[in-house]
Amino acid sequence: MVGNARDVDNGRLQKQMPEAGSLQKQARYWKGWEGGIPSLKEKVYEKMLLFCAMASTLAVVLVGLFVFLQGYPLLAKTGFISFVFGKEWLPGEGVFGIFPMVIGTLAVTLGALVIGVPLGVTTAVFLAEYAPETVALWIRRAVELLAGIPSVVYGLFGMTVIVPVVRYIAVHWFGEVLSPEMKTGFGIIAASIVLGIMILPTVVSISEDALRAVPKEYKEGSYALGVPRWQTIIHNTIPAARSGIMAGVVLGMGRAVGETMAILMVAGNAPALPRSVFSPTRTLSGNIGLEMSYASGEHAQALFATGIVLFIVIMLLNSFALFIAGKGVKVR
Amino acid sequence: MIGLLILAGLPGCSRPDPENTINIAGSSSVQPLSEELANAFMEDNPGIYINVAGGGSSAGIKAAKDGTADIGASSRELSKDEEKGLLVIPIAIDGIAIVVNPENPVKNLTLEQIQGIYAGEITNWKEVGGREGDINAFTREEGSGTRGAFEELVMKGSRISSKVGVQNSTGSLRTAVAGDPQAVAYISLGNVNDSVKVLAVEGVTPRDETIKNGSYKLARYFYYLTKEQPREIAKQFIDFVLSPEGQQIVGEVFVPVK
Amino acid sequence: MIVQLKEKLAACFVWGAALLTLGALVIIIGYIMIQGLDRLGISFLLENPRRMGSEGGVFSPLLGTIYFTLVTMLLAIPIGVGAAIYLTEFTAEGLLVRVIRFFTDALAGIPSIVIGLFGFAFFVVILRPLTGGWSIISASLTAFCMILPIMIRVSEEALHAIPASIREGSLALGVSKWDTVLHVVLPGALPGILTAALLGTGRVIGETAPLLLTLGGSLLVPKSIFSSGRTLSMHLYLVAMETGEFSIAFATATVLVIVILLLNLGGYYLMRILGRRIRGA
Repeated sequence: MVGNARDVDNGRLQKQMPEAGSLQKQARYWKGWEGGIPSLKEKVYEKMLLFCAMASTLAVVLVGLFVFLQGYPLLAKTGFISFVFGKEWLPGEGVFGIFPMVIGTLAVTLGALVIGVPLGVTTAVFLAEYAPETVALWIRRAVELLAGIPSVVYGLFGMTVIVPVVRYIAVHWFGEVLSPEMKTGFGIIAASIVLGIMILPTVVSISEDALRAVPKEYKEGSYALGVPRWQTIIHNTIPAARSGIMAGVVLGMGRAVGETMAILMVAGNAPALPRSVFSPTRTLSGNIGLEMSYASGEHAQALFATGIVLFIVIMLLNSFALFIAGKGVKVR
Repeated sequence: MIGLLILAGLPGCSRPDPENTINIAGSSSVQPLSEELANAFMEDNPGIYINVAGGGSSAGIKAAKDGTADIGASSRELSKDEEKGLLVIPIAIDGIAIVVNPENPVKNLTLEQIQGIYAGEITNWKEVGGREGDINAFTREEGSGTRGAFEELVMKGSRISSKVGVQNSTGSLRTAVAGDPQAVAYISLGNVNDSVKVLAVEGVTPRDETIKNGSYKLARYFYYLTKEQPREIAKQFIDFVLSPEGQQIVGEVFVPVK
Repeated sequence: MIVQLKEKLAACFVWGAALLTLGALVIIIGYIMIQGLDRLGISFLLENPRRMGSEGGVFSPLLGTIYFTLVTMLLAIPIGVGAAIYLTEFTAEGLLVRVIRFFTDALAGIPSIVIGLFGFAFFVVILRPLTGGWSIISASLTAFCMILPIMIRVSEEALHAIPASIREGSLALGVSKWDTVLHVVLPGALPGILTAALLGTGRVIGETAPLLLTLGGSLLVPKSIFSSGRTLSMHLYLVAMETGEFSIAFATATVLVIVILLLNLGGYYLMRILGRRIRGA
């Protein structure tokens, strides 16, 4: 198992993977066994370790508690529905509606999936089925490195390379039909491309694991019938790995929804409902990152409330990913 | 390498003496200036440490009032209520420049014309003496200090049209104008460079003198706020800021008040 | 014939996708480095930024990055490894472990900006008398929450990789469980744990969003961990967005990319050492 950032994402899936299971079985003997009567000192140490283990639980509870407490007064005042579906965000006048940001997040995430998923899954097929060992090793290392690049570096690349290209296309190809704010290059398209690249590592590594977990008999049976490789992949391997691939896609979505910095740098950040794919847009996370530095009073509460919405969306997405991954195991 | 890290970590363990620390908090537009000033001041006065934090003008006003910061920084005017119990000291003036693409032949706009453009009533450069073509106006996002000042000085109560493009940073506004011959935007004078052309407003070009004597209308003050009886070291720092040396630092990007 | 052609096409398609993925990496890193390398030099690293960072170097952000990363990892490594030891060595699978795992996974999923909101409300505002408000320590505590799940997960894997036979052998010799963990299991898992630390460090260095809310962004040289500061990635963001001075932004990005490359390389060699040890055992 190569340890690196991708393990974070597929770590939760590994529990279902065969190797991990046998390791756990091995460990069971050991865990139950006390190894003699523990001294007082050892008991204290064990309690300290338990405290370490509880730290993440404490962190989740505190994060949830604080964000909810700070955001709740505003939600109670505006009402959850009119906060989420309100079309106007005018902090100066005390009007807080995040519908444009909800749509912006959706648009950018979908765009990222359109770019990242086909490329990611195909790369995963390459790694699992086509690549010679050494080539696979290098590509895998490249994908790991992609996961390690800081998001501001993606943002800088987007600002200086992708945005000008999009601007050129908008001005020269669609100049007649687009309104001025759509011709800056900053907007949904640029953000989707940058995010599409950023979710690649998640999609590739989880899809590859899913493809590799497909039992050999599936493929061998198909080959034995004279079905060529690509046909086998399309009709046997990918359908068998479907749920794992879906889990990768959903986790990639989670990454796209939660990403802040790269989007801030390329999306243009206008808090208005986007009218075309060239429109500048603002996402939920971008809204917080952008305005928290000068917000106070109700405005700050509204940003915390934005955080609540984001928190809920991510929790739903992650539970969904866990759910489909779990289902896949049972089918197999 | 590890030795270097440990070495770098050592000073981190000692907390600076609160007696010799000045805390400044507030407007993020003033923050970079405060830092330049603080750096120069700390060089002259070793032993004193100045901590500069952001947080926005409102937070700065609040911090100065309740004493969490020795000095609050604001890039907007204070309301009568907010002024109570505070010393309000102007330290710098920031000119707001109206910028267009260098290819644009227009050289001057009146306040009324700028208001018309941003309210969405004037939509063609021909109406303000330019070439035939749509005006693509850009603004900062709601909540930005520069936008607040612009609204106060130019819009005077009317709202910026929703058709005006929103950009969330000086950098991207400037890029938008540099790449579009029909664009217009407003940015802090200190951030102007060769990629854009600065317009005169009401026939007056923004320069140090025209801003200082008030003939160029689009300018806002940066303020330091303290309690009526500030701590001695805070007072020392403000004296330094208003001294010729301090004002020279101010003048590198903004317009000095003295 | 047609089938064969289809297979050929499919193979081209799949190779193409993989090369495109590789290409994205090469183009991004290559472009950043080409744009940034000529400005980069010793003086860029050792000079303080001037005029909001549009001139000068990156000395104070560099120092801020070192402080911030060091403090964060000093918190995250012991607690993360401690948690991993508890989960792998001391408890049988049960309700408690399931609860802990659930929350660790949940924490890993929370967007960093939301953790930043929490850090702002808790460490910056409420604990201001202890942390000094916007400060390196506030940012480190916030980043610690973010990095903890990764540290736990990767350390757990390192511990799992130690075969049970080694533990049993030690216990059979009459060594107590605690001593076995401390002197037998932990040393064996050390390369894996170090790898976890390196990867965690990479993540911490690249993180920006929560720092916008907790670190303050001061350009001054940080005096202690209780003063405000900025990291290289935060500096990169603020310079690119506020001043539009891209040559400085590129040079800063190049520093970041080189650091990340070195960390990955280090992690890779550590993993090889680990692999050899396990095979040896």
